[in-house]
Formats: sequence, structure tokens, C-alpha cells
Amino acid sequence: MSADEQILTSDATPNNKASANYTEIIYNGLWKNNPALVQLLGLCPMLAVTSTVVNALGLGLATTAVLMGSNMAVSLIRNYVADAVRLPAFVMIIASFTTCIQMIMQAYTYELYQILGIFIPLIVTNCVILGRADSFASRNPVLPSILDGMMMGLGFTSILIVLGGMRELIGQGTLFSDMQLLFGSSAAHWKIVVFHDYPNVLFALLPPGAFIGLGILIAMKNYLDESQKKRLAEQKPTQGSATSKRVRVTGQAAS
Amino acid sequence: MALLRITSPHTQRAGRRTSWVMLMVILATIPGIAVQSWLFGWGTLINLAIAAITALLSEAAVLTMRRRSVAFYLKDYSALLTAVLLGIALPPSVPWWVTVTAVAFAVIFAKQLYGGLGNNPFNPAMVGYAIVLVSFPVPMTQWVGASDMVSSGSMLSLSQSLQAIFHHLPSIDSYTMATPLDGFKHKDSLSSTAAFNSIASLKGANLNSWLFINGAYLLGGLILLALRIITWHTPVAVLSSLSVISGVFYLIDPNHAATPWFHLTTGAAMFGAFFIATDPVTSCTSNRGKLVYGTGIGILIYVIRTWGGYPDGIAFGVLLMNFAAPLIDYYTQPRTYGHKKAKKGLTIKEDN
Repeated sequence: MSADEQILTSDATPNNKASANYTEIIYNGLWKNNPALVQLLGLCPMLAVTSTVVNALGLGLATTAVLMGSNMAVSLIRNYVADAVRLPAFVMIIASFTTCIQMIMQAYTYELYQILGIFIPLIVTNCVILGRADSFASRNPVLPSILDGMMMGLGFTSILIVLGGMRELIGQGTLFSDMQLLFGSSAAHWKIVVFHDYPNVLFALLPPGAFIGLGILIAMKNYLDESQKKRLAEQKPTQGSATSKRVRVTGQAAS
Repeated sequence: MALLRITSPHTQRAGRRTSWVMLMVILATIPGIAVQSWLFGWGTLINLAIAAITALLSEAAVLTMRRRSVAFYLKDYSALLTAVLLGIALPPSVPWWVTVTAVAFAVIFAKQLYGGLGNNPFNPAMVGYAIVLVSFPVPMTQWVGASDMVSSGSMLSLSQSLQAIFHHLPSIDSYTMATPLDGFKHKDSLSSTAAFNSIASLKGANLNSWLFINGAYLLGGLILLALRIITWHTPVAVLSSLSVISGVFYLIDPNHAATPWFHLTTGAAMFGAFFIATDPVTSCTSNRGKLVYGTGIGILIYVIRTWGGYPDGIAFGVLLMNFAAPLIDYYTQPRTYGHKKAKKGLTIKEDN
């Protein structure tokens, strides 16, 4: 009874301002608290397998699926697991979802499964998943948790894809090669050869290139955030002076 | 009484500006460049021109982005020096885009992204070299051979060099051959004497051309020493540790190891010891530190040459020791006159 009440009350509180909360979750996952660019979690698979777009997309989708599933399950059991044993329980949940994903990939995308190799089982150790389970899903109801898992996963995947695209473009001069590994044989002609007669730049395909690529992406995000902050700071004083001149207004001045 | 108030470091004499030092280092490479061009044709000079233009353009571009004075920083010749060092280090027949990649990466990533001259932890020229060596192994390991030993029997003419660099020279294979280090590395199970008798790249003419080049850079390095731009510590430590370690292994196994003389007179031994390892920004500052730093480079050169994946090890040796330079400096601080001995670390309680 008491547990039910707890769920009800904890469900009730976010429902009051649900829409704002959901936008915040989406904004956090995709940009403000992006797992790849801001939290810098899951670097190992990120740097190791993003040599092409298809590898990045495959690993990103697998991680997203595990993240959504584990967030959902952790949120469901959050009131029934003692605090002391919560981490083992979370890890068990994550490991089962990872095993499912691994088997699904083995069944339907066997070649990609072989290319990604050890990095699919290693999703278990990806800190994004355990981090979100502990810091979000274990404190929030099911729906926001699933949304959070999805948005964090999508944020991770999108950075993976951008990094994979950068490295594939610089490393091999192509984009979207071997997409048939993920989308079936109709995707074989998606490959775009951007530069013809391109010498392979091995550096971009090796992990050091991934470090530099990730560094550039983080720098770009910081630059965008800074310039946005500056723009907001510039807007404020001009608005303030404009409103202060108009002393007599009816109701609230549109600002 | 007029007292001159000058802030430290008190090393600047009249005219001893950064630009003068950089310019002198550039000028000291001239004997080496001359010998390299005499032996291997126009390639080095064309590389130098491409490298210089790229370095100045990329430096100016980054400085504009960082909102710094372009003319002021271009006039210290540091970008030009990076370009000169890279132009010398790259093979004479390397395609132009390899040079452009190496120099642009060196100036933009290895130097300016860290904050420009004086703030870079790694030697920019060697970072650029390592990047292209890792990325484009095929053009980077094609070195023009001594002219009377290659199958075409002549040197690349100016137009052929231009064609090799800017377009594509189908007959390039008849002008290139393995460098002595490369040849020795791939002697496989041959004993040393058999290798020196049978492998083309280990025969007299090719060895001599590398001997001349190393001699020329030794001359340039001695000029730098005489001008007191560099101290003797780093180059002496590099060369002596290289000869000691190669001597030890030669004494242990004369059949398969090369002589110290071979190691000192092939590849970039002298160039690396006098022009690369002595970079004032990325090497150690204290004199004892320089000795440790140089010794490390010498040992790494031998290790990479003998057991590593690349024929020469200057670039990776210098970069690895650049990592260690701040630590070495920390432990080799000289004692200031009138003070107690410098802290040696691990005194956790008094550490403040």
C-alpha cells in the first residue's frame, strides 16, 4: 500500500509540470548534458569504433536500446530494491539487456556484429548507462526515465555519427559506406564517394584521430554555447533600457 | 646613477631576439640542405618552398582567428623554422599534399592550439612528421637513392621532381631505393657482413651520401654551438647514448647488430641531435635535465631503429621524451646559490 502511494505521489509531482520537465529532459539529453560532449562518458567505445558512420550508428543504436530498457526496468524496481544492493541489481539489468541486444545483432546484422566485436558486450560497462540508471531512473517514474534513456542515447548516437562521419570522410574520402550491414542490401548504394582517388589517411581511422575529432566537436559546442551566452547578455541591457524609457504602459510590456 | 631595470631571464643581449635565434637556426641548416640537394636533387628545395608557404599561411590564419597580431608573430620566424625542419625531414619526392598536411598540422594543432610559441609541449615539426608517417606510410618511406646506384642511374631533374611532387611520376621507382636504415632493418636473417655485401642500399655509395648529409648537419650544429644558441648537453647526450647502447649491442652480437658508426652516420642522427632535440620550448631547461633528456632520446632512437616498426626513430624518440621533459626538469632543478638543495619529490609532508 505504502509503496503504491509512493509511486502515486512521485508520479503526481512531475505530472504537475510535465511538459516543462519533458522538454528539459530532451534538451538535457541532446545538448546541455550530452553524454558524449559534456559528461564524456562511454569514451572507450566512442573512440574505438567510430571509424565509419555505419559502425557508429550500429553501436549508438545498440547503446540507446540498452539505455532505454535499463532505465525503464530500473525505474520499475526503484522502490523495491534496497539502497545497499542497488548497483548490483542495476548491473544485472543492464547485462541482461546487453545480452539481448547482442543476440539480436548476431541474428540480424551478423557482419556488423563481427565488426563491432567486443564493443557490444562492453556496452555493459558503458558509464552512460549505469550513470543514468543511478542518477535518473532510480529517482523518477517510468515514462520520464524511458524518455531520458532515449534522449541520452540519441545524444550519444548523434555525436557518434558526426564523429564517424568526420573520420570516414577524412580517413577514406567516403560517407555512408557499407550501410547494407545495418539496413539490408537496398542500402548498398547509399555510399557517397566524396573525394575520388583519395589516399587513405590512416591517422583519422586510428584512435588518436578520434581523440582529435572529439576535441574539435567539444570545442565547437563550447564555442556555440559561449556565443549564445554572449548574445543573450547583449540582448538584456538593450531590452532593459528600452522598457525603462516607456514608463507608462498598460499591463506587461512585451519584452 | 641610472640603474637598468630588466626583468628575468637575463639572457637577452643586444639583438638576441627570438627572431634572431630562429633565423640563425634556419641559416645553420643551409649546409645540410645544400648537401641534400646535391645528392638527391631538387626535391628538398621544392618541399621547403611548399612548407614555408603553408606554414606562413596557416600561422596567419590561426592568428587571425585568435585575434592576435599577425605580423608580430610571423616576424619571429618560428613558423618558418618548423617549415624548414619539416621540409628537410620529409622525403624529397613526397607528394605536395603530404607536406601541406604535415606543416599545417604542425602549426595549427601542435603549436597554435596549445597557445602558440612557447606553450607547445611537443615539438611541432616532429608532430607533423609523425602524423604523416602514420597516415601515409607508402610515400613517406620512398626515399630518393644515391644517383649512381638507382636503376635509372641519374638524379631526378627539376621537371621530374616537380612532376613527382605535384602530379605523379610513373617512373619514380627507378629513382628511389631503401635508406641504409631501412635496408639494415629488413636484412632478416642475413649476418651483418653478408648484408653489407649483398643489399644494395647498404653499399658504399649510399652509405657515403648519408655520411655526407650527417656531416653537413653536424657542421650546422657546431655553428649553433659556437653562436651559443644551443648548449652542448642535449646533442652530446643524444649522440653518446646512441653510440654507447649501439656499441654494447654490437659487442654482444656483432653478427646482427650494426656498429655505432653506422647508427651515427645514417638516418637523421645528427639532424635530430642538433636541430630537433635542442628545441628550447619542448626540451628540458636545466643542464642536468638536458643530459637526461638527450640520453633518453638516444636510447629510444636505438630501440625504435632496432626493434620498432619504423626505420628511423628520431621523431617518436623526441616526442616521447617531450612527454617526460617537465618531470625531468622537476627532478633536476639546480640549487640556487645561498639556498638549500632543491626538493627531490616524495617529501609529502613538507610539500606545499
